[in-house]
Amino acid sequence: MYDGGKIVAGLVLFLALVTSPIWYNVVTGKAEYKPEPKIVTQEKECVAPKAWMTAMHMTLLNDWRDSVVREGNREYVAANGKAYNMSLQNTCMQCHPNKAEFCDRCHNYASVKPYCWDCHVEPKEKK
Amino acid sequence: MGVNRRDFLKITGLGTLVGVGGKAAADLVFKGQVEAQEARPNEGALVGKRWAMVVDTKKCIEKIHKDGCKDCSIACHTVHNVPDFGNPKDEIKWIWQDTFEHICPNQHHPFTSESLEGAPFLALCNHCDNPPCVRVCPTGATFQRDDGIVLMDFHRCIGCRFCMAGCPYGSRSFNWRDPRPFVQNAREDFPTRMRGVVEKCNFCAERLAEGKPPACVEACKVKALIFGDLEDPHSEVREVLHEHYSLRRKPELGTMPQIYYIV
Repeated sequence: MYDGGKIVAGLVLFLALVTSPIWYNVVTGKAEYKPEPKIVTQEKECVAPKAWMTAMHMTLLNDWRDSVVREGNREYVAANGKAYNMSLQNTCMQCHPNKAEFCDRCHNYASVKPYCWDCHVEPKEKK
Repeated sequence: MGVNRRDFLKITGLGTLVGVGGKAAADLVFKGQVEAQEARPNEGALVGKRWAMVVDTKKCIEKIHKDGCKDCSIACHTVHNVPDFGNPKDEIKWIWQDTFEHICPNQHHPFTSESLEGAPFLALCNHCDNPPCVRVCPTGATFQRDDGIVLMDFHRCIGCRFCMAGCPYGSRSFNWRDPRPFVQNAREDFPTRMRGVVEKCNFCAERLAEGKPPACVEACKVKALIFGDLEDPHSEVREVLHEHYSLRRKPELGTMPQIYYIV
């Protein structure tokens, strides 16, 4: 290898630069930024446990959509025995009217762009 | 040697007993607990076997001639967040008015009664029994429910407009532009549509689920719109159809439209 020393040194420098954010976090201890959706509702519980909702709400919304539109079943009996109207705008957003602080925080962080709001009307944020 | 046939049957039989019996025992012990979630229809929803609408055009025409009534269109377009683009090229319509000749082209002749000549007729999706739009939809976005309503799943629409070509009644409109800015005070209990999606009357499926009649029927002050179940012989639609002669739009096409016009 010609100029091996320079190439290896360059590679090491490159790797160090690329991974520098990780090292910065390790050294300063300010690691892992977590997006925290703000929950403003007075309700005690959601239609499903929080951890499950965090991971699976998109599946739930898809199931609700198919159930309501295709089968005409609009009432959801949750595992806790309570019945809910399956509706993004009329149920979900009643408890979570703060789309910017609830939905968008995680979606922006995860860089996902769900197209819910192309059609569904988000509640006007009360300020 | 492994298990012989006799032992095998004993073991499986016992296993089944424990499995089935265990479930029953568990149900006895944990009574009233829903094991998993479940979806069901709303309580108090209007349920029918074949929804249809009758337009009493005498009442309707009289009212329109009197004060240019547009109550049904306004009510429908308000509750469904239908945009108003302000020009006929982009117009989105769920229920609208046109002349008798345009609505029933083949039932018009040079000597048609003067009361019908140029008279305003209401038009909306016919919720056909044999809907061509459903047949041509490549994604299954448009489908027919068991109660006859031809419904759209807007999530699934790709905007190919085959359905618009298939519909012989012009009941479908296409969103050439983003409709959201053109919806005045969008209602928060119903979605709008997005650009590139077809839309049409949904026979107020969302209101029927709440036990309410369609918005146009509710809004009509002269009771010219009658909504009901054709399969129910005692329903109001059946009664008025029994009493009056009625027309359907382009019945020769075999789409079996379910909007009836009393003339």
